[in-house]
Amino acid sequence: MDLLNAFVALLNFVIIPATAYGSQLALGALGVTLIYGILRFSNFAHGDTMAFGAMITILVTWMFQAIGISLGPLPTALLALPFGIAATAGMMLLTDRWVYRFYRAQKAKPIILVMASLGVMFVLNGIVRVIIGPGEQQFNDGARFIINARDFKEMTGLSEGLAFRSSQGITIVVTVIAVAALFWFLNRTRTGKSMRAYSDNEDLALLSGINPEKVVRVTWILAAILATTAGVLYGLDKAFKPFTYFQLLLPIFASAIVGGLGNPLGAIAGGYIIAFSEVTLTYAWKKVLTHALPESMAPDGLVQLLSTDYKYAVSFTILVIVLIFKPYGLFRGKAV
Amino acid sequence: MNRNALLFGGVALLYILTGFMQSWNTALAIFNMGLISAVMALGVNIQWGYAGLFNVGIMGFVALGGLATVLVAMPPIPEAWAAGGLRIYAALLLGAGTIGAAIVTYRRMSAGKIRALAVLAIFVVGYILYRGMFDPARDAIEAVNPALTGYLGGAGLPILLAWPAGGLLAAGAAWLIGKTALGLRSDYLAIATLGIAEIIIAVMKNEDWLGRGVKNVVGLPRPVPYEVDLQESASFVENAAWLGLDPATASTIWVKLLYGCLFAIVLLLLIWLTQMALNSPWGRMMRAIRDNETAAEAMGKDVTRRHLQIFIIGSAICGMAGAMITTLDGQLTPGTYQPLRFTFLIWVMVIVGGSGNNWGSVLGGFLIWWLWIQVEPIGGAIMNVITLPLPDGSGLKNHLLDSVQHIRLLTMGVVLLLVLRFSPRGLIPEK
Repeated sequence: MDLLNAFVALLNFVIIPATAYGSQLALGALGVTLIYGILRFSNFAHGDTMAFGAMITILVTWMFQAIGISLGPLPTALLALPFGIAATAGMMLLTDRWVYRFYRAQKAKPIILVMASLGVMFVLNGIVRVIIGPGEQQFNDGARFIINARDFKEMTGLSEGLAFRSSQGITIVVTVIAVAALFWFLNRTRTGKSMRAYSDNEDLALLSGINPEKVVRVTWILAAILATTAGVLYGLDKAFKPFTYFQLLLPIFASAIVGGLGNPLGAIAGGYIIAFSEVTLTYAWKKVLTHALPESMAPDGLVQLLSTDYKYAVSFTILVIVLIFKPYGLFRGKAV
Repeated sequence: MNRNALLFGGVALLYILTGFMQSWNTALAIFNMGLISAVMALGVNIQWGYAGLFNVGIMGFVALGGLATVLVAMPPIPEAWAAGGLRIYAALLLGAGTIGAAIVTYRRMSAGKIRALAVLAIFVVGYILYRGMFDPARDAIEAVNPALTGYLGGAGLPILLAWPAGGLLAAGAAWLIGKTALGLRSDYLAIATLGIAEIIIAVMKNEDWLGRGVKNVVGLPRPVPYEVDLQESASFVENAAWLGLDPATASTIWVKLLYGCLFAIVLLLLIWLTQMALNSPWGRMMRAIRDNETAAEAMGKDVTRRHLQIFIIGSAICGMAGAMITTLDGQLTPGTYQPLRFTFLIWVMVIVGGSGNNWGSVLGGFLIWWLWIQVEPIGGAIMNVITLPLPDGSGLKNHLLDSVQHIRLLTMGVVLLLVLRFSPRGLIPEK
């Protein structure tokens, strides 16, 4: 029985990866929830928007690497991120002008906008695959670890190693900064307040002289920032592959709905709830339990509740449970 | 009506041109999948066009249909059944019983901490028992000759029975998902169906005991004769010679024609049924619900129940189409189910053809399927012209030529957006 080793193993295999993954989901869900709050439709193109932003960032990263610019221990992708954001924001403003604005002016049903977003998803998916190909891309350079498993063992004398990858650290730090900046923007600035007003009551906001087109533009730009950041962080942490980003749509939507669609705070909470459930249910607990329990009770099997192939089933099950018991999410969202 | 006949004629011309310019084999292959696409489009049209339900999990229902062909038509593996067949189904029943017991407990007990604990306890105990029974049975089945079988096999029945069976399987899944997600907001159904499709594919890829997972089931029995047998039959070779065809080409075309006839029978039957349904009081009620739920509810219609009904019917048709695809392929390969190909492409068919109109969906199925196949060679030809000035073997040229296959997605997206914008009612609008 060795509780300290058990805790280190838990930290290493569950808490740190789930926090990093949860941060990526939270950023993605924030984008979905903002678009839902302001534009009032579920944007199915969000996963592919993340892929698009990440792709531009990767291309710029490769360019920087080719001319020898780097950030030392930090990945070059962070330097390329603003370029990715700018390109994605431009792309989203263009899609708004060419696609969504028409339906907004018509006051079309939300489901029509969802369909239009499906079309945008197809196009983005095609563009990404044509430019960078459907394969997997690694673009993480700089230091690999903040804490290395071997160094940690030597330092503490524990039998369990603790590896804290720099991509995980960066994900957490960037998420904290992004979320803080977003909430400051929504709560303190004039534009942010007008966005919240527009989201709460469109007619009243229009009567108060808020320019709806400006609110919509700012929303797309914010969504582009969040989506690109989420996409790049996910790519740094795991790897970039267009199809994976499409599949992320389900956990991202689950996060946004669990927290209550249209509620930014809920999106963040939802992201971590989904990530922690996914990791804890698909993690093989044998190692932790072997350390934590007396030797006679040590488990024989892997003690894995679900195979990792079923991780999407976890987000789905949570989604269904929340929909049955709390249809508007844990934090009250809005309904169209 | 004149315009519609013209549209159908135009699409027919596309197929005939393919026959003359490429080969009749290609044209018939595209046509057969076009027939199945039309069936799927009819299923989606029932859900979207009649009732306004947005289902983006078509892929899952299609895959279930594919699974049904294996479960119905493959010969059973007695060794695997002896090893753990009954045990594994008993375990599944136990799992279902656990969920049922939890639901009953939840409904019967009054709200409070005790109820939450009781439900939780049922789940924990049920799960442990289930895994204890399921895992050894699964391992035993998968250990039986894993290179060739390693699964329970099917019922050994004629493969045509798999078509209705696929519909039933899909209907069961649709009932489960509809029970939870219908009656909520419209986009929740979309997300729930998106999720269930991914999960169905995950189950089919990983549960080797059921359908061999990613090891695939090949050599499914066929409802039509094999080409090789035809080429060896003297009377067939004679007939082919009389038509002036060599036996190899004649046999492939003959097999495709037979498949085409089977699919066409299903399609015509479905068109007849759906047209009857659309013009019946039931169809009018459905459209009334779609156009104004509140008013329909005030007239005493049970909206959620009707939605569930139509969701099940539409999904069952998609499941049947899935069984037809797998029959045509002769193999079940869970790795090939892609949402872009099996869900969103069908949506493009329905919207381009004209949602709410059965003939429109059929037209959309044929047209978009032809486009989906032909965009690649056409795009390749265009790309060849574009890259002509680039030197041979340059990186950019190779990359551009490689990327041609992804232009399909782009084209389909652009087609969908253009139709939604400029002709939202589709080529053949609802009357």
